[in-house]
Amino acid sequence: MSGPEGPVPAPGLRARVWRAVREGNSVVVTLLAMFASVIVGGVLISVSDKATIAASKYFFSYPWDTFSAAWHATSRAYLALFEGAIFNPSSLATGSISTILYPLSETIVNATPLILAGLSVGIAFRAGLFNIGGQGQIIFGAVLAGYVGFAWHLPVGVHVLVAVLAGLVGGALWGGLAGWLKARTGAHEVITTIMLNYVAYYALSFLLSVQGFQRPPYQQAISNQVDANARLPHLLGPDLRVHAGIFVALAAAWVTWWLLERSTIGFQLRAVGANPNAARTAGMSVERSYFLVMLVAGGLAGLAGAMQILGTNSAITQDIDAGIGFDGITVALLGLGRPGGAVLAGLLFGALRAGGVQMQSRTGTPIDLVVVIQSLIVMFIAAPPLVRAIFRLRSRDRAGIGSELAKGWNG
Amino acid sequence: MSPESSTEVIAHSSPVAAGPAELPQTTAARVGSAAGLALLGLVAVLLLGLGANPGAAAFELSSPSASLQIPIIRVPARGTAVALGALVLVLSGWQLAHGFRRRGRRRALAVSLVATLLAFLCWAGSGTAGTVIDMLGLLQNTIFLAVPLVLGALAGVLCERSGVINVAIEGQMLSGAFSAAMFATLAHNLGVGVVAAMISGGLIGALLAVFAIKYLVNQVILGVVLNVFALGVTGFLYDALMQPDQNTFNSPALFAPVRLPLLGELPVLGPLLFDTNVLVYLTYVLIAVVHVGLFHTRWGLRTRSVGEHPRAADTVGINVTRVRYRNVIAGGLVAGLAGAYITIGTVGAFTKNISSGKGFIALAALIFGRWSPLGALGAALLFAFADALQTVLSIIGTPVRIPSAFLAMFPYLATIFAVAGLVGRVRAPAADGQPYVKS
Repeated sequence: MSGPEGPVPAPGLRARVWRAVREGNSVVVTLLAMFASVIVGGVLISVSDKATIAASKYFFSYPWDTFSAAWHATSRAYLALFEGAIFNPSSLATGSISTILYPLSETIVNATPLILAGLSVGIAFRAGLFNIGGQGQIIFGAVLAGYVGFAWHLPVGVHVLVAVLAGLVGGALWGGLAGWLKARTGAHEVITTIMLNYVAYYALSFLLSVQGFQRPPYQQAISNQVDANARLPHLLGPDLRVHAGIFVALAAAWVTWWLLERSTIGFQLRAVGANPNAARTAGMSVERSYFLVMLVAGGLAGLAGAMQILGTNSAITQDIDAGIGFDGITVALLGLGRPGGAVLAGLLFGALRAGGVQMQSRTGTPIDLVVVIQSLIVMFIAAPPLVRAIFRLRSRDRAGIGSELAKGWNG
Repeated sequence: MSPESSTEVIAHSSPVAAGPAELPQTTAARVGSAAGLALLGLVAVLLLGLGANPGAAAFELSSPSASLQIPIIRVPARGTAVALGALVLVLSGWQLAHGFRRRGRRRALAVSLVATLLAFLCWAGSGTAGTVIDMLGLLQNTIFLAVPLVLGALAGVLCERSGVINVAIEGQMLSGAFSAAMFATLAHNLGVGVVAAMISGGLIGALLAVFAIKYLVNQVILGVVLNVFALGVTGFLYDALMQPDQNTFNSPALFAPVRLPLLGELPVLGPLLFDTNVLVYLTYVLIAVVHVGLFHTRWGLRTRSVGEHPRAADTVGINVTRVRYRNVIAGGLVAGLAGAYITIGTVGAFTKNISSGKGFIALAALIFGRWSPLGALGAALLFAFADALQTVLSIIGTPVRIPSAFLAMFPYLATIFAVAGLVGRVRAPAADGQPYVKS
């Protein structure tokens, strides 16, 4: 939104901000989308709040009670969410550093796999593919990383590196399978990745009943414990869960950015995403790009699985994915498909997840509220004209993200 | 020329709108599908036939309480499985040498699948001497599991035949299941529950329609996000309302089975098809309505033409947007009904994520069934059969133990094979997923 070059003086900061708001650029639309989602979330909190329901029974004789009860319930829930995600003033009184940093640590722990899953969906996006297979790729990444983690016994330092790489390979294989099917047979990646998610899910449920993978005495569906050597080190002491995985995620974001924006492969991927026919005419192999990008996307999701098993948890269970595969889609959409955007969006949704836990335990507001807010944000962002219409911004004739990918099953 | 007669012209002149034209298969495609069938046949002969224990496989087709008893069928397991496999191999050989026509190919595939399944049952039944496979129970369970899949797939047919991809079937089912349980409890009336379920499924359908048609949002993204939304809202309301007070919000009655006169007395078919609850009968009706409607009425012709070539449909005066809105919302209503079946049709109370991926299996059935109502019905029955088989196999001892996880994978693997074109190619409606912007 920079002003025109040349003799015309650039407008002042206030004028520029005002114009951005009126025209609704993508940052403004994103912020307004969040605002609208939080409002809708507040409505949901209010209608399920006991005091508000009680007050609404005499709404017509004394409406103010209903509103104040709703406001009370909503603000309490959101305050708890904030204190659980960023900073809790009451922790200052304890004077312990780890208590003060606890919310931020939880936010980062939750954000780490989300960033990686968001990068995975985002890079596929840029090549014109839609990777819904995050769940399956995370499972396979976690399975391979976990297997290397508990079945091999390597020296300190080497073990964790090999285990992380194994996670990368596991995810890449599963993602690459979908890419290979797309390149070889034209099978739509949305269909194959959805189906491969379930295949991976049941493959894991089988593995968790196999001796050598399952933890003795073979009664629970849980894998062996990962060796201490293969665990990602904690960053701020044993009391806080934050681990070195966040550096892996940030490094992956940088590599993804470099790959997309600075490398020949990235140029080809973006060209294929923008217009496969033109890319083909220019001599690029569209099929090779499809396979390659799904390999990379799968690898990134596999890393998310590795972070889960080597950092946050220490054994594989049936729900190792924890919804991260699908949340990765919302992260990528909120991040507009860009690596930097995925980092920011991953941190935001990580904060929502971390804060949601506190909100539920302190105010009883179910954590599913976070899921609702998350999906609403993305729904609003996906349709900028809608946000502009709600907030009466000047309309611009532009469809939302992903509409350039609006192609059918046959596409 | 009146609008109606011109739509007729589209249907007859454009091979796409009337279904793929009868083109001879290419040699590669013919050999490929023959190889696929041969693989099935070899599995049946070598693994199932020769892998079966010597002895008989026994199948029971009537319940002990039925008035008309059918004697237990006993066949030599090995011989029967080999014979069934040989039949599949013969079909494969014919396909390789001469090539079936399109319809024949589908029949050959259906016969081969059924033959392989029967061979599988022979193999499974030969595991322990004296086992009798309760076929009636197995089939009843199949129907029971197939109903939500069939309804979900029909919802997909309605939506996608008009050109809007519906990945949100799962979310529509889930919200339907929630509303059915909640409103049937609040109103003490099952009918209210069904209506509420359909409305809430329809509301998600309406959201899908508005965002996809008016705001041109990518439909796959939208479907995924709507699923997450439905999961979040139902989970939130479950924890906030139902969990603390199950009696007020979450203790609906259940639809009782109604035995139809005469039809209900038939052996095998009676207890299987005509002694169930109203929602299942409604499903039968909907299958017929959607099939006949789609292929034999003006509405169906318009729907298909909008889904295949919206510009051509628009040119002859069909309101593309209106057709799509109607169909997407109608799909939502049907998926909501599937949700009602999950709670007040079978289980009763709602729990978090009670649809547990049934919407995605329905999507798989829709694709495996080539976007046609009867194809989707067949696929849904096949997938439900695989599901029902898990319980049976865990009771009887098969010659080699099969982990139930592999059977659970079957629908998804079958769909991957289908879209990858290993056993004949599936093709979506041409304009499926593409928003229409009038120029």
